[in-house]
Amino acid sequence: MPSRIAEIRLVSSHREVYEPCDDSFALVDALLTDRTNLIEHNPKICMEIGCGSGYVITSLILLLKNEVPGVHYLATDTNPIAARVTNETLEAHGVEADVICTDIASCLENRLAGSVDVMVVNPPYVPTPEYEVGMEGIASAWAGGENGRTVIDKILPVVDHLLSEKGWFYLVTLTSNLPAEICLMMRKKGYAFRIVVQRSTDEENLLILKFWRDKDEESLDKEVFMSQFSRSFSSFMENQRR
Amino acid sequence: MRLIVHNMMSCNIKGVVNNFPLRIEAEKVIEKEVDFNPDFLRHMFAKIEWKALVDGARSLGYTELPDHAPDTAALESDESFLRQFHHALLELHLEEGSLVCPETGRKFSVNKGIPNMLLHEDEV
Ligand SMILES: C[S@@+](CC[C@H](N)C(=O)[O-])C[C@H]1O[C@@H](n2cnc3c(N)ncnc32)[C@H](O)[C@@H]1O
Repeated sequence: MPSRIAEIRLVSSHREVYEPCDDSFALVDALLTDRTNLIEHNPKICMEIGCGSGYVITSLILLLKNEVPGVHYLATDTNPIAARVTNETLEAHGVEADVICTDIASCLENRLAGSVDVMVVNPPYVPTPEYEVGMEGIASAWAGGENGRTVIDKILPVVDHLLSEKGWFYLVTLTSNLPAEICLMMRKKGYAFRIVVQRSTDEENLLILKFWRDKDEESLDKEVFMSQFSRSFSSFMENQRR
Repeated sequence: MRLIVHNMMSCNIKGVVNNFPLRIEAEKVIEKEVDFNPDFLRHMFAKIEWKALVDGARSLGYTELPDHAPDTAALESDESFLRQFHHALLELHLEEGSLVCPETGRKFSVNKGIPNMLLHEDEV
């Protein structure tokens, strides 16, 4: 039986809310690829930051629904219309998550620290002038400032703070976001990484990264780490071709 | 907004110390049934601030929860307690109303069940 994910025809929309796009599909593909692991992971609290239309969080819920009962799902977005649209999408699929309108996870940081077992984020990652970041309306769905990193770099420490000991973190990035640098930043916080999905479209080269805590203190040296990253990238690409 | 989330939220205005729990002003409350899952409830129990849950439930009109958190033995054996906990935590929804910061009195609105916790520029 194929796993269920959100159905596009049931995904609610609004002109001010980001529609599911190649990046959203790649992220859901990554979750599908990792589904067996996710089931075994047996998460209790899963969360999405920047839920937009709700396509991703709804897919995650459907993916785990019959295998992992009793999971609490949370989703945030700064766009109040996106929060509403996400609720509509969830309802159309008959599933439940708690949606909150907040900046990243600001109002949850005190009480939810160390509790999230699975975090998924498709951030605004497009390189843009800095002033476009966080503007009202649809631009804030993609505008990522210099190297597309302004919002990502704010999200990383929050995710580190919220993840449980066994927590996993799936992140959408572009090659122009300098993903190797993101992985090094996470390495310094004690995380290992893996590339789960790679996708090239006409406009962008997408990577879905997965992070988890790893005690191994090796490879904090930047040079060594960067060459490790390129090696894991090449071997990932090699495997894809096979 | 369900009480499970209310229990995890605090007022994020810069400099506020007494930021939890947010006081609930309810205008419209609805109930939706959720599958009963004792394992999940036991897992969550450890994370829940009991008094905030009791007060939250009262402001939504549900008064069955005991004032003091029962000991963990009750979690294993007392199904009627688990049912009450389940109902308060997961089945009550604040559809319309406000959340009020205990220190500053700042109100955050809840519309269509979604709390709007965005801050004004001078609050960050
Ligand atoms: C690229 S869209 C992804 C939407 C959806 N998750 C998907 O994959 O289709 C990024 C989303 O993040 C939201 N967002 C932007 N900045 C945010 C912030 N600081 N905190 C929370 N959400 C934010 C945007 O409103 C937008 O809905």
